[in-house]
Amino acid sequence: MTTTHAIQVAGLTKSYGDHSVLRGVDFDVARGSIFALLGSNGAGKTTTIRILATLLKADAGTAAVDGLDVATQSAEVRESISLTGQFAAVDGILTGRENLVLVAKLRHLARPGHIADDLLARFSLTEAGSRRAATYSGGTRRRLDIAMSLIGDPPVIFLDEPSAGLDPQARIAVWQAVKELARGGTTVLLTTQYLEEAEQLADRIAILHEGRIIVNGTLGELKALMPPAEVEYVEKQPSLEQIFLAIVGHDTGVVGALPAAAGTDN
Amino acid sequence: MTMNKHFFGDTATLLGRSLRHVLRSPDTIITTAVTPIAMLLLFVYVFGGAIDTGGVKYVNYLLPGILLLTIASGIAYTAYRLFTDVSGGIFERFQSMPIARSAVLWGHVLTSVIANLISLALVVIVAVAMGFRSGAGILAWLGVVAILVLFTLTLTWLAVIPGLTAKSADAVSGFSYPLIFLPFISSAFVPTSGMPGPVRWFAEHQPVTSIVDTLRNLYAEHPVGSDIWTALAWCVGLLVVAYAFAMNTYRRKIA
Repeated sequence: MTTTHAIQVAGLTKSYGDHSVLRGVDFDVARGSIFALLGSNGAGKTTTIRILATLLKADAGTAAVDGLDVATQSAEVRESISLTGQFAAVDGILTGRENLVLVAKLRHLARPGHIADDLLARFSLTEAGSRRAATYSGGTRRRLDIAMSLIGDPPVIFLDEPSAGLDPQARIAVWQAVKELARGGTTVLLTTQYLEEAEQLADRIAILHEGRIIVNGTLGELKALMPPAEVEYVEKQPSLEQIFLAIVGHDTGVVGALPAAAGTDN
Repeated sequence: MTMNKHFFGDTATLLGRSLRHVLRSPDTIITTAVTPIAMLLLFVYVFGGAIDTGGVKYVNYLLPGILLLTIASGIAYTAYRLFTDVSGGIFERFQSMPIARSAVLWGHVLTSVIANLISLALVVIVAVAMGFRSGAGILAWLGVVAILVLFTLTLTWLAVIPGLTAKSADAVSGFSYPLIFLPFISSAFVPTSGMPGPVRWFAEHQPVTSIVDTLRNLYAEHPVGSDIWTALAWCVGLLVVAYAFAMNTYRRKIA
């Protein structure tokens, strides 16, 4: 991990008036990895993503995506990235397919219709593809949103709170999509306030707190920061989520992601 | 903002998108035309008999003002559509993509021109049914259309500002009310000669009067005189100012 960083952030600061949101953020993301920026509301996660996606200028510090400076080479950076915002940015009046075709056209790709049909199939959206996106459930909408981000195979994808507001099944489907992305070599920077999401997905996790990265490491490294584990005997109860998924999970098409049986330990 | 090689292609793509929005909610075009048509009926059949327009058929006298009113109410939808894009997040998605960024605004602006032209055509059809007649030739009518398009562009760029900055959908539609009132204090409904001093001064020096007089003279086959230059100066001047303010707002928005 030396020159192959897909994202490099150093000393990033940003304030709105007296309110300082970022107070010197530093982190690097290795190419092809999933990096989770973990933090509570207002920690500065979205601000960081917006700066990296060239939607906002930092007050100080540098940020580079794919080796390109976000401030001075913003047009080139936009060739390399894709942003999936906190509020699923799909066009509700257009159908799912039309949304995909629109993005393919705006990325100036040949055969936008073909690309759209391909992604509809990949994300199990073929049936929903001819309906207006406004009629979709939260999970379907987010799947379409992520599918839109993949068009043109950008090497770096930003996912701002990808599973916010989703039910457990939809969240698992989104997680699978994210994992597949990374397997395909895409670098993923995601923000989340769910610890479990970071644990499930990320190769590295950074905790952003009050505008600074206070911890940055793999899950193992983060765990090592705690006092050594003590052995305790606790009766294992299935979590409500496991029960929920075991009961309703079989018609979701994400069976593979289900825990083998409710009650087994992970 | 440098001209991007994709500017025209991206504008065409985004124009297609927002025309599809208009097509899927044709009520926006109808709603735009309904109030002006109601005004047309009200003024021609109720108040018109009491207004002395110096021998001109009242529907002929009234139409230009009604057309400007149509545009003033139509651009509210442009502001609303832009606001929806901004608040819904798709505006940011477009801005983070490798496109000519200003195409996002131009797509909305050109949609506004097309949607308003359709609403204007509806109003003219109703006016014709009510007895509006003109013997003007193709050139005069082209002049009428050109001025209406220019006026639409001016008000649309003005509408871009609340579309980008408004905090709520209500605030977006509120901005067009003052614009809708401007034709009332002009020569659009009644001749200015009967108005008291300061009101008359305002009416004769505000943009709507010169534009209304020019349109009226164009289709009545009267010489347009210096009115057309005053009208064009107002339109172009306001267009430049509105465009500059809108672009400035836009640049601050996208940092």
